[in-house]
Amino acid sequence: MNSSLLAIRTLWIREVVRFYRDRSRVIGAIVPPVVFWFLIGSALGGGSGTAGGSNTYLQSLFPGTILLIVLFTAVFSTISIIEDRREGFLQGVLVAPVPRSTIVLGKIAGGATLAFLQALTFLIIAPFVGVPLAPERMPFVLAELWLSACALTGFGFWIAWRMDSTQGFHAIMNLLLIPMWMLSGSVFPISGAPTWLRWIMTVNPVTYCAAALQHGLAVGTSSGLPSPALSFIVTGLFCIAMVAASTWEVGREGRR
Amino acid sequence: MRDLNGEAIQTRQLRHDYPPSAAGKEPRAALRGVDLDVRRTELFGLLGPNGGGKTTLCRILTTALKPSSGTATVAGCGIAENPAGVRRKIGVVFQHPCLDRKLTVWENLLHQGHLYGLRGAALAERIREMLGRVGLSDRANELIENLSGGLKRRAEIAKSLLHRPEVLILDEPTSGLDPGARQDLWNYLRELQKADSVTILVATHLMEEAEKCDRLAIFDKGEVVALGSPASLKSEIGGDVVSIEAQGPEGIREEIRLKFGVEAMLIGNLLHIEWPQGHTFVPALIEAFPGRITSVTISKPSLEDVFIHRTRHRFWQEGVE
Repeated sequence: MNSSLLAIRTLWIREVVRFYRDRSRVIGAIVPPVVFWFLIGSALGGGSGTAGGSNTYLQSLFPGTILLIVLFTAVFSTISIIEDRREGFLQGVLVAPVPRSTIVLGKIAGGATLAFLQALTFLIIAPFVGVPLAPERMPFVLAELWLSACALTGFGFWIAWRMDSTQGFHAIMNLLLIPMWMLSGSVFPISGAPTWLRWIMTVNPVTYCAAALQHGLAVGTSSGLPSPALSFIVTGLFCIAMVAASTWEVGREGRR
Repeated sequence: MRDLNGEAIQTRQLRHDYPPSAAGKEPRAALRGVDLDVRRTELFGLLGPNGGGKTTLCRILTTALKPSSGTATVAGCGIAENPAGVRRKIGVVFQHPCLDRKLTVWENLLHQGHLYGLRGAALAERIREMLGRVGLSDRANELIENLSGGLKRRAEIAKSLLHRPEVLILDEPTSGLDPGARQDLWNYLRELQKADSVTILVATHLMEEAEKCDRLAIFDKGEVVALGSPASLKSEIGGDVVSIEAQGPEGIREEIRLKFGVEAMLIGNLLHIEWPQGHTFVPALIEAFPGRITSVTISKPSLEDVFIHRTRHRFWQEGVE
């Protein structure tokens, strides 16, 4: 293993260890989406839901909830960048003989791992709430989950790197990420939205993450959704773009 | 073995300006052309008040900050030409701790080792060795956040030395430590310097710490105002320092100049006079100004007097950064 990989791996492991050592983070990333899912799903749902044919709204909202868990975990994990900066850990890494890209890759791999594992713990209950897990679709679902996790962690990293305070980060995240999720087709289908919203939803990369998961879990209607292949490819591009943006951001000299 | 030829650190006309704090304001000069030569295996001090430029210099030498102009080499590597080389050869202890508080001492050192390309049994062995050196062997599995300030600093020193750096750069390493822990840390530094032939550059604003260095550079407003061993710096003042507290110090200052032919410096509300034999001077002084002098002290010159001598102002009067 070369020294860059060793550095990436060590930062990756650190991220995971820190997260699981802090129980409030583990709970904070998974409970709110689940409560949200249950409340909204139950309130709006019942019978033949708004979003889908034969499924209840609770079931239709399932893929979106998984995505929300990924999103929450990714966001929580990138807050650690701001803490690392404030508590000083980052300065030690910045004077170590490793390229700065190792910081980006280590952090994103770490955050994505957490988001992925948190999503899996929720995915396991799918069969108990009437969302069947078809084995032949699982590789697609897991690959999509991993890509989405990397993309959203990358997105969080890109924003967190230049932030000084966690409060500011929360504000931006609420302003950007929650609407991105709301307008991803997870809560209401694209096909039912007014034209201007449909435009926003079409250019929203999170729409494709959501669509891929809806295909993979086969709940809700697939009419009006981008195809599985397109969804997967756009998620991949989203991921690459976010890693590239983060790397570029970190490489900028003369700041701070 | 180590290459002990050449200077450990060399800077030439090193300058750094921080961008203006607001539009229309001047950029703030933190370093104004600094030339330094730190010899191999020397314990070299940077002494100066806050805002004097010490931290900026440390950040430049650790490649965390690019200078506006000028050159510097550390352990034979240019900071601009070969920053990766510099990073491999230096250990850094920052003013603010850079340990991960949520991890144990051992885990912190493990990650640090990995960042420096160390791994496996060799790394574990090295961690054990370093923990032994700083007396933390029995605390290896404790979380950093549960350690006292002094122990944290020790863990940090162990961390910075894991990869056997040639040059150790410490920026105010004792800030926030109690006197016992301070003493402790300086003892470690001395030990290190002897046992491992490490060059140590340490920034401090404390006179008593600066006294312990082999040589030191005194900084003020981004410039080196004095350079040498503590003893040689103090000897340049020659004789004693007489401080006078008096009513109407301005007037007395003028009269002293006329009567004794010596320029007294008014520092705060004290008059400072450097005089070869203080004890012969004081009686004459008291007689010359009966009833107007409230107190007189004679002392051997301290580093603070050297600072005053060179800058003509008090160590702490400048604004804090």
